[in-house]
Amino acid sequence: MLQPFIDKLVQKTPSSVSSRVRGLSDKKLAWLFVGPTILLLLAINIFPLIWTIYLSFTNYRVNRPNRDVKWVDLRNYERILTDSDIWQTMQATAHFLISTIVLQVVIGFTLAFLINKKFKGNDLLTTLIVLPMMLSPAVVGNFWTFLYQPQIGLFNYVISFFSGIDPSSFSMIGDVHLAPWAIVIVDTWMWTPFVMLICLAGLRSIPDSIYEAAECDRASQWRQFWTITVPMVLPFLMLAVLFRGIENFKMFDLVVQLTGGGPGSLTTLSSIDLKREAFEKWKTGYSSAYAVILFVTVFGLASIYVKALNKVKDR
Amino acid sequence: MSYSVTAPSSRTKLFSGLVVSLYALITLAPLLWIIATGFKSGQDSIHYPPKVLFEPTLEGYVNLFTTRTRIPSDQVAKEPASMSWYEEIVNKKGEMIAGPSKYGERFLNSTVIGFGSTALCMLLGTMAAYAFSRFKVPLKDDLLFFILSTRMMPPIAVAIPIFLMFKNLGLNDTYLGMIMLYTAVNLSLSVWLLKGFMDEIPVEYEEAALIDGYTRFEAFLKVVLPQAITGIASTAIFCLIFAWNEYAFAVLLTSGDAQTAPPFIPTIIGVSGKDWPAVAAGATLFLVPVMVFTVLLRKHLLRGITFGAVRK
Repeated sequence: MLQPFIDKLVQKTPSSVSSRVRGLSDKKLAWLFVGPTILLLLAINIFPLIWTIYLSFTNYRVNRPNRDVKWVDLRNYERILTDSDIWQTMQATAHFLISTIVLQVVIGFTLAFLINKKFKGNDLLTTLIVLPMMLSPAVVGNFWTFLYQPQIGLFNYVISFFSGIDPSSFSMIGDVHLAPWAIVIVDTWMWTPFVMLICLAGLRSIPDSIYEAAECDRASQWRQFWTITVPMVLPFLMLAVLFRGIENFKMFDLVVQLTGGGPGSLTTLSSIDLKREAFEKWKTGYSSAYAVILFVTVFGLASIYVKALNKVKDR
Repeated sequence: MSYSVTAPSSRTKLFSGLVVSLYALITLAPLLWIIATGFKSGQDSIHYPPKVLFEPTLEGYVNLFTTRTRIPSDQVAKEPASMSWYEEIVNKKGEMIAGPSKYGERFLNSTVIGFGSTALCMLLGTMAAYAFSRFKVPLKDDLLFFILSTRMMPPIAVAIPIFLMFKNLGLNDTYLGMIMLYTAVNLSLSVWLLKGFMDEIPVEYEEAALIDGYTRFEAFLKVVLPQAITGIASTAIFCLIFAWNEYAFAVLLTSGDAQTAPPFIPTIIGVSGKDWPAVAAGATLFLVPVMVFTVLLRKHLLRGITFGAVRK
């Protein structure tokens, strides 16, 4: 597969590389420096993507390698787009995406706003708050199932301590009404600091002189907040939402470990569903089409969003 | 202190400090709970109400590194004198050590793959970033965007053909395969971050070196690299953390020899059912290094998580 690339590379590379690299012109050096990166990305990202697109038009199955591979045109795509289960998965993904983004923006912005009041020890607290987002989602997600245990779990205990509800009477992961929120809570716990950090950078980028001018004009605090703070932080906030949106659209590790997609298929997000089709049911062609649809969706949504973001930035 | 109309009053500061402290307390509770559970005995870990104060024991850590079997009750503590401290802990619970667990191996795999891919990623990333920062590369913006866009793909979407490709090449469940894969995944981050760091180094230094008779390559090695070293170090830590935490590819493409810790830790079980202290002990050993790195990284954190889009 990679042989033609490697052959070409061998041909083009001079015999005494080390002595000649020193004397290379800028142009040759540029290619020598960028080449390996591009080659690796082509081999491990683009080549697989093209292969996925090819497979999506076939009925290939990994677990039946000897069966004839048939070209099935758009049938895989047709089946996916008319499958009601997949629409339910999409709804679960949308619920997860929207709830996490709203919660993280509200809490993250509030925290950043408070931290920006520059009280003593704000640096230390910021560093501590940031910790969860740097940790392995699979490992942490797995431990949260322990915190969510009815009766013995810390989460249930704290809830019952403040509300008086019996801690063994509800199961965050097992209950059909609570499970979609169980994953939202953990994701919010993990990623609010991300939004907070970006908002904080936005708040700190606003020069004091603007507020001083507003003060001279006797603009109220409330008015200053809505006419200075919010518009100036908005591009930063939108960037944070873009990152969280893309990441949560791909969400797999945390939720797989937390609920495994259950109860039923209530928290089966797109990536989890895709993994089942591809690596448990081994419907390779079908799941390739599924993958292409997801990729096109996230890429399309992200492009539209970036356009809007640039408009806000230029304003 | 000079008087400023915009400085928050001390009452505002106090209120903000209290609210943020409260949030920090809530958000750190699960992490502290992981660390605490690692030092609890099996009974204390599932006690109701949850125990904040408990007698610490290394039972979880011993269980983490061993596999054990039950022994008949009459054999319990027969000859405690000849036992080492960890055998004693296990014996008290009516079990005996059958052998080492896989945790050590999995942790080592994570280390090898993490550091291996980070080293390769830094080598390729530094070169590419320098070229993008200093030279006229044709289609520069397109190439840079292409590099970034590789990050948008859901891992599962490319996992199918990578699985097939690795199977054909014999790379499934090998160090080499995982190192190459994680390098490719992290290249987008390292190229973008490093390009930003290199853009900040004034070109004048190199120009002076070139006039002094250095070749371009020598100037890169002897002038630019030493100046970019903080940037390279913090980028490397980011790559290491991402490779360390990765789960989706690891669970799909590795099962034995090259399996890393994240898919393994959730599967830890004791002699009878889920052994939460052992899971917590495994998680603690796995998470604490990242916490330490995060504290070291705090100045570059924002830049790293936004691919260099936001700089402070």
